[in-house]
Amino acid sequence: MKKIKTIIRKEWAEVFKNRLVLSTVVFLPLLFTAIPLIMLFATRGTGEDALTNDMPAQFSQFCPEGLSGGECFQVYMVNQFMLMFMMTPLIIPVNIAAYSIVGEKTTHSLEPLLATPITTAELLTGKNLAAAIPAVVATWIGFILYIIGAWIIVQSPRVLTALLDPMWWIAVVVVGPLLAILSVNFSIMVSSRVNDPRVAEQLSAVVILPLLALFFGQISGLFYINRQLILLFAAVMLVLDVLMVYFAVRLFQRETILTRWK
Amino acid sequence: MILTDKLTKKFGDNLAVDRLDLEVHEGEVFGFLGPNGAGKTTTVRMLTSLIGPTSGSARVNGFSIGKDDTQIRYSVGILTESPGMYDNLSAESNLQIYANLYEVKDVRGQVEKYLRMLSLWDRRLDEAGTFSKGMKQKLAIARALLHEPRILFLDEPTAGLDPEAARLVRDSIEELRKEGRTIFLCTHNLDEADRLCDRIGVFKTHLLVVDTPANLRTQLFGRKVVFHLRTVQENLVSTLKALPYVKDAKAVDNKLVVTLDDPEQNNPNIIRSLITAGADIQFVGELRHSLEDVYLQLVKNN
Repeated sequence: MKKIKTIIRKEWAEVFKNRLVLSTVVFLPLLFTAIPLIMLFATRGTGEDALTNDMPAQFSQFCPEGLSGGECFQVYMVNQFMLMFMMTPLIIPVNIAAYSIVGEKTTHSLEPLLATPITTAELLTGKNLAAAIPAVVATWIGFILYIIGAWIIVQSPRVLTALLDPMWWIAVVVVGPLLAILSVNFSIMVSSRVNDPRVAEQLSAVVILPLLALFFGQISGLFYINRQLILLFAAVMLVLDVLMVYFAVRLFQRETILTRWK
Repeated sequence: MILTDKLTKKFGDNLAVDRLDLEVHEGEVFGFLGPNGAGKTTTVRMLTSLIGPTSGSARVNGFSIGKDDTQIRYSVGILTESPGMYDNLSAESNLQIYANLYEVKDVRGQVEKYLRMLSLWDRRLDEAGTFSKGMKQKLAIARALLHEPRILFLDEPTAGLDPEAARLVRDSIEELRKEGRTIFLCTHNLDEADRLCDRIGVFKTHLLVVDTPANLRTQLFGRKVVFHLRTVQENLVSTLKALPYVKDAKAVDNKLVVTLDDPEQNNPNIIRSLITAGADIQFVGELRHSLEDVYLQLVKNN
């Protein structure tokens, strides 16, 4: 455990001296928190009477009973952007973890590190947590800020209840960390196979594509995110995480990494 | 301390280390010499359990490579070819990280001990990235020593350093030798090997020879004594060749170069013979072939 803590502290001490990474960890969650709040603020004037007639089918599917058309519109618009809270735990770890192994290769610090008695499991756990913890914490802080903001902006208790649907709590509290683990392990897997940090970052960015598909699928009306879909998504992520951790450990071949890297 | 038995490493079809049989004794500085690509770094990596052998075996500090890798890593220190420090972190933080990874009990104490020993204490809070090459190399030596390993593997410790920095590093190695540590030194610097090593092994995929630098010189070139004379008369060479213990004698400018097995025993007789033959002797000295001559001869003969 001490070695894992050492790796985490080392990674944070190194990574957060990089202004680009630090700004990603700080500003990305703030941006993703601000967007739904701006939507709420912009749509706050949609009154009781507005949009009560001819409500599009997707609105009525999306809103709980008892909301007026205007309130439903507000909830619908904001929910489009709630997926951004699931992007934060995907994007932040890419920046940290993609550099994780390949960065050690380029600075030639990997060989002395691997010469210590640290096991592969300890090393990868340390690097995993070092990348995942900031992402998850930043996501949660962003979500808390969103709740506070929504509570201030929204006047209707019915809208507030709809916005803070348990579905989003599951998305942020459960799916968020699962996405972070997926992102970290995918990035570490890529990072241990390539020799250039930029290539590692670009390849690792592929991991956000499934979530983008979900985002655009919902915006275009192909499907609607609901509790069942989020739970199914969480289950799929759990399976993917297990597979990703397995492959990340399998692909981390100390000898190959050392001898193929010049 | 280190014992290998037909230790072999192949990368695909490429044979990097071929049936290496080697014994390094406790407390000695062993020089491992060889040209680029000879397999020296691969050997060090195998002996420090960084990579596994294809066949053969080795015991390091009594532990078997491939079986007791964790114990080996705890019991050896390694200075890799490139220092590989975390440039954004201070010298002290760099060492603290490694002290924790080696589970050193008194982290602060050990870090301070080696920063002071290697004259880096005053720069402990500076980022390693601001250090010169020589200072980084010393910091890497400190890192290799934190857990008090009995065997130290040093891979090209002075490569790329200016003479002053190289000297600092060599002095550090001398200090470690005095402490009685076993040092396995890979180097291209033959003068350094000559000064520091008790024995050397010349290696080119397989081990060519192992012995003390002095013995290798004698084996390859014999022992030679140079007599500086005011003038070299023609009869002097034949006078010397007539002596039973002289293997060879030749005149070079105003010097006589004499090859013999035991100069300490026979030089007084030679001097007497030369004076009797009318020679005016100005100086007498041993002709010392450099280790470079020995090395080049061995590698050439393969």
